[in-house]
Amino acid sequence: MFITYLLRELRRRMRQAIFVGAGLALGIGLVITVIAASSGVSDSQGAVLHSLYGVGTDVSVTQAPVAGSGRPSNFRVGGTQGKAGTTFSRDILLGAGLGTLKSSYVTTISGLKDVSATSGTLSLTDLSLSGTVQSGSQQGFGGGPGSGSVSSSSFTVTGINPADDPLGPLSSATLTSGHGITTAEANSDVAVVESNYAAAQNLKVGSTFKVAGKTFTVVGIARASQSATLSDVYIPLARAQTLASMPGEVNTIYVSAASSADIATVSREISAALPKATVTTSSDLASEVTGSLTSASSLANSLGKWLAVAVLAAAFGIASILTISAVSRRVREFGTLKAMGWRSRRIIRQIMGEALVVGIAGGVAGIALGYGGAALVQSFAPPLTASTVPATASGAAGPGATGGSLGGGGGGLARAASSASHTVSVHLTAPVTIGAVALAVALAILGGLIAGSFGGWRAVRLRPAAALARVE
Amino acid sequence: MYKLTAVTKDYQKGRITVHALRGVDLVIEDGDWLAIQGPTGHGKSTLLQILGALDRPSAGTVEFRGQDLAALRESQLTQVRAASIGFIFQTFNLIPTLSAQENVEAALVPLDVSSAERRERAEQALADVSLADRARHLPSELSGGQQQRVAIARALVKRPAVLLADEPTGNLDEGTREEIMTLLEHLWQEMGLTMVIVTHDSSVARRAQQTGVMKEGRLALELGTPPAAT
Repeated sequence: MFITYLLRELRRRMRQAIFVGAGLALGIGLVITVIAASSGVSDSQGAVLHSLYGVGTDVSVTQAPVAGSGRPSNFRVGGTQGKAGTTFSRDILLGAGLGTLKSSYVTTISGLKDVSATSGTLSLTDLSLSGTVQSGSQQGFGGGPGSGSVSSSSFTVTGINPADDPLGPLSSATLTSGHGITTAEANSDVAVVESNYAAAQNLKVGSTFKVAGKTFTVVGIARASQSATLSDVYIPLARAQTLASMPGEVNTIYVSAASSADIATVSREISAALPKATVTTSSDLASEVTGSLTSASSLANSLGKWLAVAVLAAAFGIASILTISAVSRRVREFGTLKAMGWRSRRIIRQIMGEALVVGIAGGVAGIALGYGGAALVQSFAPPLTASTVPATASGAAGPGATGGSLGGGGGGLARAASSASHTVSVHLTAPVTIGAVALAVALAILGGLIAGSFGGWRAVRLRPAAALARVE
Repeated sequence: MYKLTAVTKDYQKGRITVHALRGVDLVIEDGDWLAIQGPTGHGKSTLLQILGALDRPSAGTVEFRGQDLAALRESQLTQVRAASIGFIFQTFNLIPTLSAQENVEAALVPLDVSSAERRERAEQALADVSLADRARHLPSELSGGQQQRVAIARALVKRPAVLLADEPTGNLDEGTREEIMTLLEHLWQEMGLTMVIVTHDSSVARRAQQTGVMKEGRLALELGTPPAAT
């Protein structure tokens, strides 16, 4: 009798039931879509952070470069003054515009409480110059008078210590062939090459190429994860330090805390141990991220969330009002049932059942709408960009030339500051999680219960005599 | 069956107090058939609601089978209505979304009867009012007379001690009216029911054993013509 009466009544007021169900579906669908978009934005933000600092890094330690520091990058061609017409070719490793830290700091930090892993890296640029010494008193490089016969190329090189924990950008990459640098190869001339660079240079496992004029053998090819930024080449840290004439130095230390709750503590401990270092947590970095990804995050978290809440509240309100209205129209019917001996709670159960069925139907439709909305977001969202400029970015003195030498005094030929900032492009996903679906079901049931409660309250207040006296 | 003593019922309508019943005394024995007549607004339906435990008196006692209905809790009144009192209304008051059989079964739901027994008793009740072939029809698919028959079947399926009818023929044409009253008379005799009918219609009231007239909240009883033997 309960089910029969319930279904027949819903069929009688099908249009109203569909209207209420559609409202609930819209609200619930919007909630799911917003949650999916927020999850996608969070995943993208995570991917951006991972691309910069690798999986598992909670804190990074760097040093602001001191003015006038850095390896002078001038060099001479054959004696104090190159003769005009002399050809030259040089291949040097330069610092990437970052300040340096002692390698021993990696050990210092790994000994701190609440630190679970550390890794030190040395980011460099391999610069190759070749050409002919020009005649004339002033030789320029890259545009000065009398220049025009010098060509250059560069690629990024990062020294990694295979004995360290696997942190940093390379940790998020996938080896597509070969192997990583082993501890046995810590002092060998071996390299892992980024897949795009390898393809461009026609390198594969076993190939050889020059780094700072030394022949290195490719032992592995690594593919970056989505949106990650890898160096072109990874070589053993010890070899990088030697070739760059930067013994015992690194320029970035990656740190993983024992738990996310310890990150702030670890950050403070490192700052206390290394007062001159720049300590950046993942949340510091997140706050530095700019670009359309940040805008999308704000949109999803504020406007999206409140819009979903508002629509859902409106849907619950409309459902409740319409349920009360439906009960009011059935006053004589309920009065008759009470006259036949039906208890109030049986009548309330009937009303709640009707409201719950509408709520659940709305929930199911809302889940479908949510999946559709998430798919639309995923299909039509434009690629989002995220940029961050770390605090250690620096400029360098411009080039200068004296006679046959190339390069100048203090500043040398450091890379421009823009190379220290990172811009990452990510495609927004909108994953619908089991949690979101469960929330949708809960909201549907809640919507039905709220509407049914209002209707039931209205029915309980009916006095049979008054109900039967009502003229319809 | 019933003993009403000095029953009063007052309603508040805004600032005005309406005295619907003024000190009604009434005794109805088992198996009696009482018709109550009177002008509209003089308390006929209010008296029926008091008898049917649908409303409580403002003063006085309403004894039903030894129990004072005025002193019972709402849940107890509901139980009394479920088990002992059958109602018939002028506008039939069938549940529009349930079939004739389901409407009759609805009266048995509060008695926690099994669905099989409910179905069986409902079929029998409809057969008793000659509507077995209309069991699956919705109220909208039945004529006025047929709907009232279903309502009678619904009222009687639980074998109540008393049948209360408020203008049972008020919405019916003359021919159907006669039909329904004949049926009620037949059931009253066959089942030994106690029956109280509120009606405007003198021809209906004349069929009853006893007639009462409500005027300005007071009941005056008259002796009616005994029903013809069948």
